[in-house]
Amino acid sequence: MKFEGNTHKFGNDVNTDYIIAGRYKFKTLDMKELAKHVMEDLDPDFYHKINAGDFIVGGSNFGCGSSREQAPLAIKHADISAVLAKSFARIFYRNAINTGLPVVECDTDLIDAGDELEVDLAGGNVINKTKGQTIPAKPLPPVMIKILNDGGLAPHFKKYGGFNL
Amino acid sequence: MGQTIIEKILSKHSGLTAKANDIVVAQVDFIMGQDGTSPLAIRAFENMDGKEVFDPQKVALVIDHSSPSPNDGVSALHKLMREFARSKGVHLYDIGEGVCHQVVPESGKVSPGSLVIGADSHTCTYGALNAFSTGVGSTDLAGGLVSGKMWFKVPETIKFVCRGKLPRGVYSKDLILYLIGNVTADGATYKATEFTGEAISCLSMDARFTISNMAIEMGAKAGLMEADDTTFTWLDRFSDTEFEPVKADLDATYAEIKEFDVSDLEPQIARPHTVDNVCPISEVVGTPINQAVLGTCTNGRLEDLRAAASILKNRKVHPDVRFVVAPASKLIYLEAMQDGTLQTLIEAGAAVVTPGCGPCVGTHNGVPSDGENVISTANRNFKGRMGNSKAFIYLGSPVTVAASAITGKITDPRDFIK
Ligand code: SF4
Repeated sequence: MKFEGNTHKFGNDVNTDYIIAGRYKFKTLDMKELAKHVMEDLDPDFYHKINAGDFIVGGSNFGCGSSREQAPLAIKHADISAVLAKSFARIFYRNAINTGLPVVECDTDLIDAGDELEVDLAGGNVINKTKGQTIPAKPLPPVMIKILNDGGLAPHFKKYGGFNL
Repeated sequence: MGQTIIEKILSKHSGLTAKANDIVVAQVDFIMGQDGTSPLAIRAFENMDGKEVFDPQKVALVIDHSSPSPNDGVSALHKLMREFARSKGVHLYDIGEGVCHQVVPESGKVSPGSLVIGADSHTCTYGALNAFSTGVGSTDLAGGLVSGKMWFKVPETIKFVCRGKLPRGVYSKDLILYLIGNVTADGATYKATEFTGEAISCLSMDARFTISNMAIEMGAKAGLMEADDTTFTWLDRFSDTEFEPVKADLDATYAEIKEFDVSDLEPQIARPHTVDNVCPISEVVGTPINQAVLGTCTNGRLEDLRAAASILKNRKVHPDVRFVVAPASKLIYLEAMQDGTLQTLIEAGAAVVTPGCGPCVGTHNGVPSDGENVISTANRNFKGRMGNSKAFIYLGSPVTVAASAITGKITDPRDFIK
């Protein structure tokens, strides 16, 4: 899986309440509707700034806070192709893989807002085309690659009838 | 080689010798979902072609986050949960029963050595009962419902050794806020924590739950404690399950061992907008407040309500402050009614809402207005958390909240404790 797009940059500790506020997520299972409110408390216009395929780039501890899976789903349904951060909160990281949203751990200090990136999940590298720099990314654990390759945990279960890791 | 508590519990449940960084598939003893996460889990269950739940006795769904329903969107999701629970023979705690992290331990389904997953990040609360319990998302929950299993990366453990005794007016909430301020919001990410030392062992069960509850606020996967007589007495009341307490080996390997002496600890406050933005109360005393909240899965237990009532007795909440109280469960509600605690709180000016999450997560029950300050016993103060991104949330102990409700500004509770 290879993606190209522009960068939207955020800071450290972007929590799940910022990604999608509780006041929306409890109301609906319509993820397209939730996607309109993604990152709203940090940037009220964010949804309108996204071009399909863009990246969200955070600092450390991206996705901390609640276990809401609506967070990775809202990002995915806002047509963001992947999230890059220095580190992720544990539950968000699992949820992202389980729902098929690629997440990449790398040194995001080397990426600025607006930079054009190329992310190759299999190759494990992030190319910052604007800066002409290759940034090494931490490989996903094999279990997660397997789940991501199956399209998420639900398709994995559908395929094997249970865990086959 | 010696093992930590979590390595032992994961070994037992996977049939392997689990060491930090191994990946294991483990059997789970209990599964919980709440109304913010279960609807998506039900959809994932269907996408997995799930037919039956692996063991209905080992599953509970709880309607606590938006309870009773504030609008038709939520009502539709609640209905979906009720129908699922009925068709699968799973117990559902409906409105008024309480917040998931209180009703699950009260149900007696969690005991030392158990492995519990819950689709709520504060599921780590039951670590206080010497159980490995952790928060998962909806799809992981669905996988658990179908298979009774879940995959884990065995985490390393940070051990917190807390010596001394908390001084007068200083509670377990102050201690855990202090520790979070010390290690920061991601200081324990991907790791388990163990809390030990005499400052922990002399705490009641109610006070211990507060500490394990907030382990996730330092990023931890679990907030574990050893079981002792306090644990056993508590379990005698709520559970008739047989269990085997799990102790860490003396030669267990830790990522880090952190030692603290709590004897001189001051009451602590987490300032907006992150939980690790912690300071001693003296730095924020006098900050005006508009709303005070007593409750949530962190501090809505009987002991918390009583501690607040002991300060509010024969006093009145400041006329400019709204004081919202949410008992953590129906049982606590009843007990606080019987012993006069609720009467004291209501006479002082409290608005008591349905047992459950109350205003914690901003869906109802007291959304603050623009520019307002809230002091709360909850575990999170993120921007927008209580439903308004222009409000400011301060976190403190039940007595700090009570003292501040009286004066209308952040107040050191020791001013009221003689
Ligand atoms: S009380 Fe607050 S923190 Fe606890 S489960 Fe409810 S919403 Fe989550």
